Amino acid sequence: MSERLTRFFASRWGILLAGAVIGLLAPLLQRAGNPTNMGICVACFERDIAGALGLHRVATVQYIRPEIIAFVLGSLIAALLFREFKPRAGSAPIVRFLLGMFAMTGALVFLGCPWRALLRLAGGDLNGLVGTAGLVAGIALGVFFLKRGYSLGRSRPAPAPVGWIMPAIMLGLLLLLIFRPQFTKDGPIFFSTEGPGSKHAPILISLAVGLVIGFLAQRTRFCTMGAWRDVILMGDTHLFTGVGALFVVALITNLALGQFKLGFAAQPVAHSNHIWNFLGMALAGLAFLLAGGCPGRQLFLSGEGDGDAALFVLGMIFGAGFAHNWALTGVPDKLAEGVLTVGGPGPYGQAAVIIGLVFCIVLGFTMREKK
Amino acid sequence: MAKVVDARGLSCPQPVILTRQAMEEGQFPIEVWVDTVTSRENVRRAAERAGLKVQVEAVGDEFKLTLMR
Repeated sequence: MSERLTRFFASRWGILLAGAVIGLLAPLLQRAGNPTNMGICVACFERDIAGALGLHRVATVQYIRPEIIAFVLGSLIAALLFREFKPRAGSAPIVRFLLGMFAMTGALVFLGCPWRALLRLAGGDLNGLVGTAGLVAGIALGVFFLKRGYSLGRSRPAPAPVGWIMPAIMLGLLLLLIFRPQFTKDGPIFFSTEGPGSKHAPILISLAVGLVIGFLAQRTRFCTMGAWRDVILMGDTHLFTGVGALFVVALITNLALGQFKLGFAAQPVAHSNHIWNFLGMALAGLAFLLAGGCPGRQLFLSGEGDGDAALFVLGMIFGAGFAHNWALTGVPDKLAEGVLTVGGPGPYGQAAVIIGLVFCIVLGFTMREKK
Repeated sequence: MAKVVDARGLSCPQPVILTRQAMEEGQFPIEVWVDTVTSRENVRRAAERAGLKVQVEAVGDEFKLTLMR
């Protein structure tokens, strides 16, 4: 039974199912209260968690997102059930932490991760096209490095705590979400009362959806970066099947739910600054490729016991704190009295993207397996 | 004489990249060592797409894939 299930999940039908389920559930989460033109965004949600913990103090984006917690725990459950939970670590950890920070920086300049880029496009937000184009460009640059022998080196089997720390952290976050402690007067844990951080589906629904997705994604190795990478690197469309299914089903679901709004300008929680949408996602795409997985995949890997992926995730959360404290993020478009002000990153954000790209390119040329 | 590819501990897509390099070198059979189910399936898929025959053996916590023409 377990062998047949494993073969199904490893097949094209399996990953198509995973993508379709995500494409159905994300717009439904939006309908149930998650932010408009978003549904699920791994980067934004990790940023919200950073805010809730007090790592940044932007009051409109502070909330411990249950989806992130459930992605890890759903993956953990799948890994334990199918005996794939293997604590392991040791592959250039500090590099992965920095890659996580820069990936988050690039994503926050675009105001989305690869998941959200697809979901935005499926909601009519054409900036998703520009973002995806940037993502693919970053991935293509990364493929050039892969072909030249880029590698972060080997990880090794590790003692149990290495694999259990991230699930334990997620359980801790769940407790903080439920019990809402306040550690200091006017201090964290913060819960936004307005803005995107205040827009969330009921906790149980978010958890249930996240667990289902975490389970399916772990089984099928769903990865929105690998999908593009494998096509470019070797013409393999296996992972892309999942991404395609996600997009098509999300598009249909959005149309059915009246959540489709076609255009570039003034989309919710988005900006139409094409250059920086492109470059921000190029940085994110390159960083995800150099780290071996999209932000969702890194969560699912950390649920399997991968301590290196766990560090990347922590780097993303830490980086989100930085990004907002140092004004690196993209500012949404503003439409007031018929006048459109195109948003985008300020000068610090632009500099951060350039620095990040340079950092990643240096890594691309210098990181090799140490024999 | 088998060509041995040690892809244990390498994160995706390294195992497939190393396997493809070995396939291009043309020395068969190729023995690929991986240590996760994910890598095992990725290498198996890449080899089958190239029209090769694949035999998988579990060795302790690791997997040995033998690729033949």
